[in-house]
Amino acid sequence: MEYRITAPLDKDTAGKLRAGDYVWISGTIYTARDAAHKRMQEALDRGERLPVDWKDNIIYYMGPSPAREGRVIGSAGPTTSSRMDPYTPRLLDMGLCGMIGKGKRSPEVLDAIVRNGAVYFAAVGGAGALLSRQIKKAEVVAYGDLGTEAIRKLEVEDFPVIVVIDKEGNDLYKNNGKG
Amino acid sequence: MIREIDVKEITRQIRDMCIEVNYSLSEDMACAMKEAADKERGPLGKKVLQQLKENLEIAKEEQIPICQDTGMAVIFLEIGQDVHFIGGDLGQAVDEGVRQGYAEGYLRKSVVGDPLLRENTKDNTPAVLHTSIVPGDRVKITVAPKGFGSENMSRIAMLKPAQGVEGVKQVILDTVREAGPNACPPLAVGVGIGGTFEKAALLSKQALTRPVGEPAKDAHIRALEEEMLEKVNALGIGPGGLGGNVTALAVHINAYATHIAGLPVAVNLCCHVNRHVKRVL
Repeated sequence: MEYRITAPLDKDTAGKLRAGDYVWISGTIYTARDAAHKRMQEALDRGERLPVDWKDNIIYYMGPSPAREGRVIGSAGPTTSSRMDPYTPRLLDMGLCGMIGKGKRSPEVLDAIVRNGAVYFAAVGGAGALLSRQIKKAEVVAYGDLGTEAIRKLEVEDFPVIVVIDKEGNDLYKNNGKG
Repeated sequence: MIREIDVKEITRQIRDMCIEVNYSLSEDMACAMKEAADKERGPLGKKVLQQLKENLEIAKEEQIPICQDTGMAVIFLEIGQDVHFIGGDLGQAVDEGVRQGYAEGYLRKSVVGDPLLRENTKDNTPAVLHTSIVPGDRVKITVAPKGFGSENMSRIAMLKPAQGVEGVKQVILDTVREAGPNACPPLAVGVGIGGTFEKAALLSKQALTRPVGEPAKDAHIRALEEEMLEKVNALGIGPGGLGGNVTALAVHINAYATHIAGLPVAVNLCCHVNRHVKRVL
């Protein structure tokens, strides 16, 4: 199936998506990768609030290259999601509704996706120039000192992704590589 | 005769090469990507390759890096023994080239200064520099920025000689299978066989800088490259890991003498943004 959806995401929409569906996302999403996840984990351990309320939101695992003058953002493709696995179930339990990245997830993340009715999308790795065209606005909203690893709020239009893990626990990658 | 080369020339060349290599693929890689699109039969695999083709066009036209991971700068200098560098410290000149290239080319600064403290150096230095001394009075520079989606999925194995070529094949297949979608297939697979622990790793990296599709010189290694390309593609991982018959664009194997007790095998995976550019001074 193919869908056009809006972010932030509601659980009804997330729940109807199935592994293998092609989806175009429009609306607001946020970037966070390794260093931002580590910092959020530390903040939570100290009992502090996070800089973004993740309820119903989508995290894009991405650290862009710098924008040229007059441009919104540089190259902006997905990074490998599995490095965020140790931090992810906690965020999903706090209401995070979707993630965009590339590559496999741990069994713990898959369980947390099912438990929370969330969804994991992949964008095409290495297509950073193409994907940057679908990003209409970008603004650093937290951890600016981390440079490319800062948390950015992005306005996206028809951002192309494919559903890899759905709330039923289906995993699109599972059967590839068995040959 | 001693030939003098000012290290400022090294800086200039490396600056330009860092920029060039991140905006457009070398001819061999561009060709391999086109062939992949013709060969791929999986519906999702085809779709991914179509997006990657558009991505390359946009990168070139709009001067935006092909991938946001513009890599850690891996640089090889083959230095003729009759060359004398003047005008400063060669290592610093190399890093200065990287610093200028990554700043002026709007390339991502992806290097942390200490692997445990992990503070970004903010200029993508230091580079990883490999030098070798060769006959003559030329300097050959290879710039090969390496992204870490694929670097993280690379492996080294110290096999027993009894495991032989079958053991080597197993390591290559296991590495690619385990990497799956993470390393951004279609891949270039660099393999180093022999030497010592670190030599095997270096051979595998050098194998990635060989023009894609240029076969190994030795007949038995060439045959192994062909066999492994076929086997890797039969895994069905496909472009983006979404299924298909093009998992790798090439398998390049470099071999070297080794010890009677050992059979080191290193597999250095590279994504489809296999960046390498060479110049000779």
